[in-house]
Amino acid sequence: MGAGHSHPLHVHGHSAVHRLAPEAKVVAVFAFVFGVALTPREAFWAFALDAVALAVVAAVAKVPARFVLTRATVVAPFLGLALLLPFVADGPRTEVLGVAVAVEGLWGAWAIAARALLGVTASILLAATTEIPDVLKGFERLRVPPVLTQIAAFMLRYLEVVAGELGRMRTAMTARGYDPRWLWQAKPIAAGAGALFIRSYERGERVHAAMLARGWNGTMPELRGAPATTADWTRATLLPLVSLTAALAAALIART
Amino acid sequence: MHHAVVEVDDLTFRYPDGTTALDGFSLTVHAGERVAVLGPNGAGKTTFALHLNGINRARSGRVVVDGTELSERTLTEIRRRVGHVFQDPDDQLFMPTVREDVAFGPANLGVTGDELQARVEAALDSVGMLAMIGRAPHHLSGGERRRVAVATVLSMEPSILVLDEPTSNLDPASRRELTTVLEGLGVAQLVITHDLPFALELCPRAVVVDGGRVVADGPTHELLADAELLHAHRLELPYGFDPRVVQR
Amino acid sequence: MHAPDGFLNLGTAVATGAISAGAVGASLRQTGQTLKEKQIPLAGVSAAFIFAAQMFNFPVAAGTTGHLLGGALAAVLLGPSMGALVVTVVVVVQAIAFADGGLTALGYNVLNMAIVTAFGGWVVFRLTRRVLPATINGISAAAGLAALVSVVLSSMAFSVQWLFGATFAVDFATVFGAMVSVHLLIGVGEGVITMLAVRAVLAVRPDLVAGADGLDLDTAEVRPMRALTIGGIVVAFVVSMVVAQFAVDAPDGLERVAEDTGFIASAEDHALDSFIFADYATAGIENETLSLAIAGATGTIVTLAVGTGLFMAVRRREDEPLDHQPVG
Repeated sequence: MGAGHSHPLHVHGHSAVHRLAPEAKVVAVFAFVFGVALTPREAFWAFALDAVALAVVAAVAKVPARFVLTRATVVAPFLGLALLLPFVADGPRTEVLGVAVAVEGLWGAWAIAARALLGVTASILLAATTEIPDVLKGFERLRVPPVLTQIAAFMLRYLEVVAGELGRMRTAMTARGYDPRWLWQAKPIAAGAGALFIRSYERGERVHAAMLARGWNGTMPELRGAPATTADWTRATLLPLVSLTAALAAALIART
Repeated sequence: MHHAVVEVDDLTFRYPDGTTALDGFSLTVHAGERVAVLGPNGAGKTTFALHLNGINRARSGRVVVDGTELSERTLTEIRRRVGHVFQDPDDQLFMPTVREDVAFGPANLGVTGDELQARVEAALDSVGMLAMIGRAPHHLSGGERRRVAVATVLSMEPSILVLDEPTSNLDPASRRELTTVLEGLGVAQLVITHDLPFALELCPRAVVVDGGRVVADGPTHELLADAELLHAHRLELPYGFDPRVVQR
Repeated sequence: MHAPDGFLNLGTAVATGAISAGAVGASLRQTGQTLKEKQIPLAGVSAAFIFAAQMFNFPVAAGTTGHLLGGALAAVLLGPSMGALVVTVVVVVQAIAFADGGLTALGYNVLNMAIVTAFGGWVVFRLTRRVLPATINGISAAAGLAALVSVVLSSMAFSVQWLFGATFAVDFATVFGAMVSVHLLIGVGEGVITMLAVRAVLAVRPDLVAGADGLDLDTAEVRPMRALTIGGIVVAFVVSMVVAQFAVDAPDGLERVAEDTGFIASAEDHALDSFIFADYATAGIENETLSLAIAGATGTIVTLAVGTGLFMAVRRREDEPLDHQPVG
């Protein structure tokens, strides 16, 4: 159920987007997607404008279009769901290519597709231009409790280690002829998961000992970059400005 | 006579389930000395090592580092002076980049800014890993991680390095690189190892630990030439290795 | 279930975001003391474990595979508050760093995948533990049931959110029926895996399982669970089929009953001003009252489960795992 990709999305670079302070980028992307969500679904032009804005950001950041598109496939299942809507939705129907579909279903499908695609593209661009430790630092500066960002940092550091151990476990099982096809054959996998938890826990204790041995006293030292400047914030606002003003304009137009 | 960097006096320690781990453990290490710690698995070598930086607290006995006795008050200072390199470098490299891992120790001690950067670079340089400063730890090979792990404690400018099985899982070339690095460091070293040729090459002095205490203490080549001693403590020379033939 | 942006409307996103933030805040306060010391690296590595566990697939039937959510598992192993925090971190990082799940969807994704599963699962776990013996098998079975119910609760929560924030025109009863019945089946897989995984941990390191208080260590040898497992799966499948059938048929069946007893008002009467509820969720005059009734019941159950879980977590002191000797 939506396990998603596990390879980080960072694309190395030194563009203006890369160099922006992470907290500014995080706020900008959230605000941008917020604007997209606010946009009335009839305003095709607004969504088009939003897409252009994202394309500009991608160009400045030198993130290749193919990279973005392949990563964006993570929303494919939901797009599939959206495509079903014209067929299962209630309400008045119309004819498209000789097939009777619900009007509301068509609108619904469009709205979901547009917002999901714009949203995932914005997320991908954020991840591509910001190293995860910097994202976490950005969160900290946005007053997210440091405990949470620290947990996230450790998680990311040890994800590959734990996934590697899991992979080795599965290899060992397969090498001994294990090829489960039904749920009741899953016991070794589940037992492996339990063993993996124990190993992870014990590693966590050793890491803690290593931190203590290097003088850790409960707070992480400040080791990353400088806080966002006014210039950073100004530049970052450009993106959400597009979607928010477009949304506002579309809403006003709809009123008149 | 060099002054004593570490003095361990009659330590006893029990595991939570009651088994005795250390039973009157005593050892003295002098400045600049390199001492190999040999012994069978379960002898208490790692358990002892974790007393030196206060991770384990003994039931009785004392630990004195650079003349300062280990206590709740002196914990941070002792941890600066005792640089412990763990058996698994992944336990020790927990920051997103090499630079931050090496900076972690001195930063906790209050070092900042240019001085911090200088310490980080010096530590990495002394292990030959300066080029890796911006890398993520999981992108390094086993040998590289080992050396970076050494750098993470070197940056704290310790009085003694405690290394736990430093050559395990290293290929011969990495092992050679590590040996060269360690030989070039002037700091005192306590090297827990099963790798007897490595012990002979790096450490003039060796102690044998068994049953929670030190049972032999002397020049490494003498200990390794004592077949009875080795046999009594489940130690064995590698095939074809003759310590008497090795020239120092 | 990492919903993308646009699935539910903004109002719902903001409201669920506020609820999630509150629950996370409460969990932070609860674990704050223990987290300050040892638990941060532990929580981080546990989060890596949950993340990895969500990635691997286990067989369901004829080679098709399923994935874990892990909320109930995290709660049983780490305690409800820590479990909720750990899965929250996983979900948020998946959205931010891997673009898996919309940024504006974080409110309900976190709520459904972390908060509801951890706290709701915990409640079911504790209740079941009172009934089952305090043995390894008993605790594992309780964990398995908790996991199954947590998945169902999660889908129920999503259905209720959908009622308020749907952006497409399918009526609530259909969505509810489809979501819950599918998740009952998914929940069976999650339940079995959780049960067996907890059992594996209990057999070796019972001190690491937060929910294992009162484990009778004298009977701590692990006895075979085959009969229990197979029996459990069969029962769960049967129950799923029955309930799913009921859920799918419900609108028609219940409607007839309602009409007969005069419960449903006449066609000209609207039960409620539907400005709060998305128009489409209550589409169809005849279904409106029924939808609201189901939604009301569902919402109550989910709120009760999560609320009780939160309350229990706050009241109970999080037991610290026993210190064991360092490796070596």
